[in-house]
Amino acid sequence: MSKRTDLLLSIADDELILGWRNSEWTGIAPFLEEDVAFSSIAQNEIGHARALYELAAAELGTTADELAFDRKPEEYRCAPLVQLRRLEWARTIARHWLYETADEIRLAAIKASDDPEIAGVAAKIDREEAYHRMHAEMWIDRLLASGEGRARLNEAMDELWPYALGVLDDELRPELRRRAEERLGRALPDAEPVPRDVHEAELGELWEEMTMVRRSAPAGSQW
Amino acid sequence: MIYEVFRQERKGQPFQHAGSLTAPNERFAEIYAREQYGRRQESVALWLVPREAVSEIDDFPDEFDLKYRRVDGYSIKTRLREARERAGTLASDESA
Repeated sequence: MSKRTDLLLSIADDELILGWRNSEWTGIAPFLEEDVAFSSIAQNEIGHARALYELAAAELGTTADELAFDRKPEEYRCAPLVQLRRLEWARTIARHWLYETADEIRLAAIKASDDPEIAGVAAKIDREEAYHRMHAEMWIDRLLASGEGRARLNEAMDELWPYALGVLDDELRPELRRRAEERLGRALPDAEPVPRDVHEAELGELWEEMTMVRRSAPAGSQW
Repeated sequence: MIYEVFRQERKGQPFQHAGSLTAPNERFAEIYAREQYGRRQESVALWLVPREAVSEIDDFPDEFDLKYRRVDGYSIKTRLREARERAGTLASDESA
């Protein structure tokens, strides 16, 4: 597998699995308007995954659906940050902000790519991610504005920080640390990044659920 | 806080009331309005108005039944037809 495909699949898997995880709030988000907004963000992420899988699929001679649903759980390249399940709201927002910020740093690097297809899809994704970042930033401000919110956010950030570092390659990590520390107004712990080849048990459970219908239907079923 | 949302479907058209939403402040309201009334390309612009900023008037006394001041108190249909007949511009489907 080429380095290009590997990169495309890493980002696509991040977006698909995070989209899935965020969609788990549909119907149970803290209030109705947030339910709609967060579900919409989840749908966008899955749309980004599709665009990236299509580029990879063209190279591998397969389809976006086959890449999304027909691989084994251990073949997914998503960062463990997006695999974690059933986070309560402050941790969901911490993950949301950490992921969106890491993603912005990563997209900026890829937008400068020599590969016009990759640079093009990254620019397109980034224009939509801008609204996800607005959403994440307003929630961070909201949580930082109260004592309880700040305490819960800080606890979540410390817990998720090694996972957040694992989203990015070595050379991009210092920028994520700089932005996160500036945003929170404090230092974050020195931590060993949780790398992409770690598969949390929760990913297996997600995969079972996500691919259930596809596995139950004979290949070539029309919907 | 409750915000009333008005949406414009196409440039130049009047804004029409779309619904309302609850948000802790204007920043949240903007994001939620985008998601609820804009993400399917159904609007070209939105107005957000805190419900408290809306003045409602709902009493319109009409003690002396001055019905000639009401739009439904003056039938224009017959007069228009007579005027068109005089001018000879009555369309054939109107003469019935």
